[in-house]
Amino acid sequence: MLAFALKRLGLAILVTFTVSVISFSLLHLSGDPATSLAGENATAADIAAISRQYGFDRPLTVQYTDWLWKALHGDFGESYYFKLPVADLIADRLSITMTLGICAISFALLTAVPLGVAAAVRPNSVVDRTALFLSVAGQAMPSFWFGLVMIVIFSIKLRLLPASGSETWRHFIMPTVVLGYYAMPAIMRLTRAGMLEVLNADYIRTARAKGAGAGRVLFKHALRNAIVPVVSLSAVQMGFMLGGSVVVEAIFSLHGAGYLAWESIGRHDLPTVQALILIFSCFYILFTLLSDLANAWLDPRIRVG
Amino acid sequence: MSETILNVQGLTVDIPLAAGTLQAVRGIDFELKRGETLCIVGESGSGKSLTSLAVIGLLGKRLKVGASKLEFEGRDLRSLTRKQMQALRGDRMAMIFQEPMTSLNPAYTIGDQLAEALQLHRKVSKAEAMARAADLLGKVGITAAESRLQQYPHQLSGGLRQRVMIAMALMCEPDLIIADEPTTALDVTIQAQILRLLADLKREMNLALILVTHDLGVVARIADKVAVMYAGEIVESGTAKEIFDAPSHPYTRGLLDCIPVPGKTRPGEPLGSIPGIVPSLIGDVSGCAFRSRCVLARETCSGRIPKRSASGEHTYRCIQETLVSEVA
Ligand SMILES: Nc1ncnc2c1ncn2[C@@H]1O[C@H](COP(=O)(O)OP(=O)(O)O)[C@@H](O)[C@H]1O
Ligand code: SF4
Ligand SMILES: [Mg+2]
Repeated sequence: MLAFALKRLGLAILVTFTVSVISFSLLHLSGDPATSLAGENATAADIAAISRQYGFDRPLTVQYTDWLWKALHGDFGESYYFKLPVADLIADRLSITMTLGICAISFALLTAVPLGVAAAVRPNSVVDRTALFLSVAGQAMPSFWFGLVMIVIFSIKLRLLPASGSETWRHFIMPTVVLGYYAMPAIMRLTRAGMLEVLNADYIRTARAKGAGAGRVLFKHALRNAIVPVVSLSAVQMGFMLGGSVVVEAIFSLHGAGYLAWESIGRHDLPTVQALILIFSCFYILFTLLSDLANAWLDPRIRVG
Repeated sequence: MSETILNVQGLTVDIPLAAGTLQAVRGIDFELKRGETLCIVGESGSGKSLTSLAVIGLLGKRLKVGASKLEFEGRDLRSLTRKQMQALRGDRMAMIFQEPMTSLNPAYTIGDQLAEALQLHRKVSKAEAMARAADLLGKVGITAAESRLQQYPHQLSGGLRQRVMIAMALMCEPDLIIADEPTTALDVTIQAQILRLLADLKREMNLALILVTHDLGVVARIADKVAVMYAGEIVESGTAKEIFDAPSHPYTRGLLDCIPVPGKTRPGEPLGSIPGIVPSLIGDVSGCAFRSRCVLARETCSGRIPKRSASGEHTYRCIQETLVSEVA
């Protein structure tokens, strides 16, 4: 297990390094940063001055090392747009996005896994058909449309939930449902398919032959094996949600990191974009690492050679 | 010594299919006493597994089981609730399956899975259950039992896994063990070891054993009683001696002729192969199911086939009485 964990950790570090190089290059791939900073009417002298001020005149490797060193210490430079340290700007936004992401994936798992299990236990039953309908609807319905429908029903008509903002936990209910519902279909279908396969396995028959009851067979013997790929998928979904919650954040005016990234791209605020890409990527790598470790823990065939 | 463990009369298993009802098991009778070994033989598809699973109550709801009598230790299994059946399963009756490679749960250690078998039926601590598991692993011939308990199924060979399955079946000291082709998936050398182990354990623990096999060599060595199945019926049954000394049904005789004899049987020749195929058992089945392959078949074989008594317990289903001389 330790060897496996170390190998995965090494791999994660390698990927993180690659990602950092890519995020750094972004700044330079999109044209000379000093020129775009200086604006349209700048003279050559202005550009040269800016170039010197921001250190763009140094060799790229030096700039990269400097940037990475600072980033590792939580210093991502200053936002071109807000003229504020990027780190301060991101911190608040990130906690909103994280909260939303964790709530959404929990919502998705808590609905998708029981539904997937129930659907697999009685294929083609009412439960199975309902689950299928919910998952098809979830995939067909655009998030922005679903979000707007929710606002119309729960905020405008019923006046139950706030439509925008992030002040209380009640503000997070609708965004959680909308974002979670986006991830639910895939998790549900993977759970169902996994359970259908596992329930036909010989070791399930063995468990029954031992005298195990239905619940024990289902959860201790079957789900434990069927859940392994679901863990990997959830990690991917979670990573995706952090970066991909832009639409949901925009509908509900949750000023999270996804929304900030989207705004910053429009404003050519490269240090902010760079930092966000690096952070999102790191989260993604972290979740993948965690899911690998969770899988190894769940499946001894990975853990014990 | 002569306590009846299992009494099965008129057992049927019907499988509803799109094309009609498949009468996979059609009226099977057998009785088994403590300390006896019943071998069920017959080619693949004859309904041996369905019969075993019907007795232990492991057939899916879709399959319809019927019987005029299905008694285990004097209790009518048909009248038991699901909970009561669960309480018997793994405790008083246990089953060993054909596929040792896939019959153990890959997610749990050998020790966990063995201990579970005991803890489902007895109020014992995990430590006590583990101790019994280690004990039984020793008994089924696994060395270094303590460390094996910590291992996972994928770390064990097929032969070892089947020994673990046997130990699991023994955890609650059952009265009946049903072993459905327990050695078919194993190497030839391992097969003999496992069968000897089963026979020894049966004698030592004085339990009733149903052994499903298509290896007639095995039957000759360890069976007390033999039931020959063909197309969902027992076409001939009796003590091992009766069957081997005076096989009376043309199918049994065919099977016995097919036992490989060194020098006579060409390598690669399929075992137990009698030319022809088993008829479809979907819809109404009448007459002798073996008649398309039987060398003695005649017109009347499509009518009602009587169950004949040869001697003692020996019975067979055929229209002809004096087969032994005619076939010989
Ligand atoms: N679940 C099922 N659905 C449809 N047919 C089945 C099912 N189980 C068994 N059968 C059929 O019933 C017959 C008897 O099967 P089985 O008892 O497994 O035979 P054996 O163990 O003697 O090889 C076979 O023809 C098989 O195809
Ligand atoms: S009943 Fe007829 S077909 Fe069937 S085994 Fe006897 S002789 Fe052969
Ligand atoms: Mg079988």
